[in-house]
Amino acid sequence: MDFLYNFFISPFVQIADSPLFFVEVLTGGLLSGVMYSLVALGFVLIFKASGVFNFAQGAMVLFAALFFAGFIDKGVPWWGSLILTIGVMVLLAMTIERVVLRPLVNQPHIILFMATIGVTYFLDGFGQTVWGSSVRVLDIGLPQTPLEIGGVLVNKFDIIAAVVAGSLVAVLAVFFQKTRVGRALRAVADDHQAALSVGIPLKTIWAIVWTVAGLVGLVAGVMWGSKLGVQFSLAMVALKALPVLILGGFTSVPGAIIGGLIIGAGEKVAEVYWADAIGGGIEDWFAYMLALVFLLFRPQGLFGDKIIERV
Amino acid sequence: MIFKKLALAAVGATLAASALSVAPAQAQENGQFVPGLVYRTGPYAPGGIPWADGFADYVSLLNARDGGINGVPLVYEECDTAYNNDKGVECYEKLKGKGPTGGASVQPLSTGITYALMDRVRADKIPMITSGYGRADASDGAVFEWIFTAPVTYWAGADAIVQHIEAQEKSLKGKKIALVYHDSAFGKEPIKTLQALAEKDGFKLDLFPVPHPGLEQKATWLKIGRQLKPDWVIMWGWGVMNSTAIKEAAAVGFPMNKFVGVWWSGSEVDVRPAGMDAKGYLAAQFHGAGANYKVHEDILKNLYEKGKGASDRDKVGDILYNRGLISAVLMAEGIRTAMTKYGNKPMTGEQIRWGLENLKLDDAALDKLGLKGLMAPLQLSCKDHEGGGKVMIQQWSGAAWTPVSDWITPRRDGFLTEMYKESAAQYAKEKNITPRTCN
Repeated sequence: MDFLYNFFISPFVQIADSPLFFVEVLTGGLLSGVMYSLVALGFVLIFKASGVFNFAQGAMVLFAALFFAGFIDKGVPWWGSLILTIGVMVLLAMTIERVVLRPLVNQPHIILFMATIGVTYFLDGFGQTVWGSSVRVLDIGLPQTPLEIGGVLVNKFDIIAAVVAGSLVAVLAVFFQKTRVGRALRAVADDHQAALSVGIPLKTIWAIVWTVAGLVGLVAGVMWGSKLGVQFSLAMVALKALPVLILGGFTSVPGAIIGGLIIGAGEKVAEVYWADAIGGGIEDWFAYMLALVFLLFRPQGLFGDKIIERV
Repeated sequence: MIFKKLALAAVGATLAASALSVAPAQAQENGQFVPGLVYRTGPYAPGGIPWADGFADYVSLLNARDGGINGVPLVYEECDTAYNNDKGVECYEKLKGKGPTGGASVQPLSTGITYALMDRVRADKIPMITSGYGRADASDGAVFEWIFTAPVTYWAGADAIVQHIEAQEKSLKGKKIALVYHDSAFGKEPIKTLQALAEKDGFKLDLFPVPHPGLEQKATWLKIGRQLKPDWVIMWGWGVMNSTAIKEAAAVGFPMNKFVGVWWSGSEVDVRPAGMDAKGYLAAQFHGAGANYKVHEDILKNLYEKGKGASDRDKVGDILYNRGLISAVLMAEGIRTAMTKYGNKPMTGEQIRWGLENLKLDDAALDKLGLKGLMAPLQLSCKDHEGGGKVMIQQWSGAAWTPVSDWITPRRDGFLTEMYKESAAQYAKEKNITPRTCN
């Protein structure tokens, strides 16, 4: 009986009692969701352009953050570190294309997926071999102090993250829809061989898309690294991106943002109002449960391409 | 022809390399083998590395300065567990048979691995030292013959933290205390003690589990800081969970001087990523911070000035470095004590257990070891594997840890010992163990 009350009645009574707090939880959740979207965007880019689920995206976030923070620790100014890290990510993309992807052209997607698992282990190990496994503090001057707007507490850092993510989505949307490279990327995603037959250079396209995913990883790495410090755990933020992708769709850039917002807000509201009814600590798995429910009704996600199999 | 020459050269080089490796192997045969179950990789590496460096440096110091223990060199080999239970067991099995007397004492550096190894060390007769982690009721040496919890357990730590809070608040009656904990065997350890204390002292305890790895805690801290508004928060965290919690606590305006972490939530790697947000944060410790002790002087002189240190020079004296060092001291002094009875030769597991059960580190002994002030005196026995260690509260100034309390003695004479006994008796029943008689 207690459970029924705590699950079906108590949360709504609490919301009605303190609506301002509910708004605060919701806002906090939406802003956290934007941080998940930053990571999810990297997955979307590679999936959109090659149909491959890039297991290494989390490792790329860590890898980029390690190099960026490492260069800063060596005394390079932040803008210099940014340029150097961009260079590293471009080099990495070209290497992955040459060493991992090119020999696997026309192989089934599962083979490419397995290859990205190998890339993950390599990046995790190599990044830490070069820069060590200790926590690196990343302070690029982003304000971290809370701000009270109309009685609602908001973190300035989260607002900046939202602006960064929004800008990134706008740039990527224009890139995919309005540029020739963007259209070529979508063509490659549909069919490697067909794209090759009409003269689209597959090698170049793959190098470009991995570079862009690497740069998105760098942005995510800088934001998450500023929040948590640069450490191995950053690679785990990829786990936060998975339910976002399921919800938003693997092929939609705006979907990554909307998915992030739903997951962020959903898990925070669930943790605050429903966790007590089921023992607490539901913040992490709630996102997966929500994604699972979505899978049942809309397997392609909110904005993903509808799956049509011709028989 | 060229191929033949190359093949011969390769075979020759291999033989030469084998011959070179024989010499140290022979030297190792006369030494005391020390297995090191550490983690320098994985998500918890930032905490594992300084501990492993402190441990390795103390072993190297004994070899470099004293030629080992009473002339018996220490042969140290690490195996990386990545803080993973399966790998921990694998490392234990890999190292336990090495050296003339095997891996004669083991320190798993993980509560999970401790649980995974408990039956094995009992069967293999290898003492397992779990300093500041593991199973608290293992302090009862009558039941847990092979596990040593010195200098303190989580239950003792929880009691010491509550004592500190009580000293600040004068009375705990009606106060609200929140426990934010890593949702694992480690994080759940203090709950029983805190619940018992809440009932005894009349404070309200609220529990907030944080799932591994604890990257996102906004909802938890909104609940704590904006809804519950407790008088104090205690944290039982590890890894990235700690710095995230400190940042989120600051974001909801929770005062840092009312926020106390257990020793695994109170190192430099926990507070530095949080920047100045962490200033004023408190942590319970069973040892001091900094490198201003005689033992550090010796380490710097004998190892770092000769380029043989395991860590960066500026990390010597960090909280986790000192913890690794103290863990190595317990192991080494257990061996040294054992040698007083069994002679100066590599000790077996059973002999080291005797050494640990007769270990007495009073002020004079600590002074001789260069550890005076770094840790509180200890005396272990067959019955008491914890040894009466003490806890102090330290505060992060933004640059260093400074003590803000004297040594606090956990209330072992009262309810803690009863809890140990009760829990150990239950374990003995489950495992069909007949407790030995300790005189």
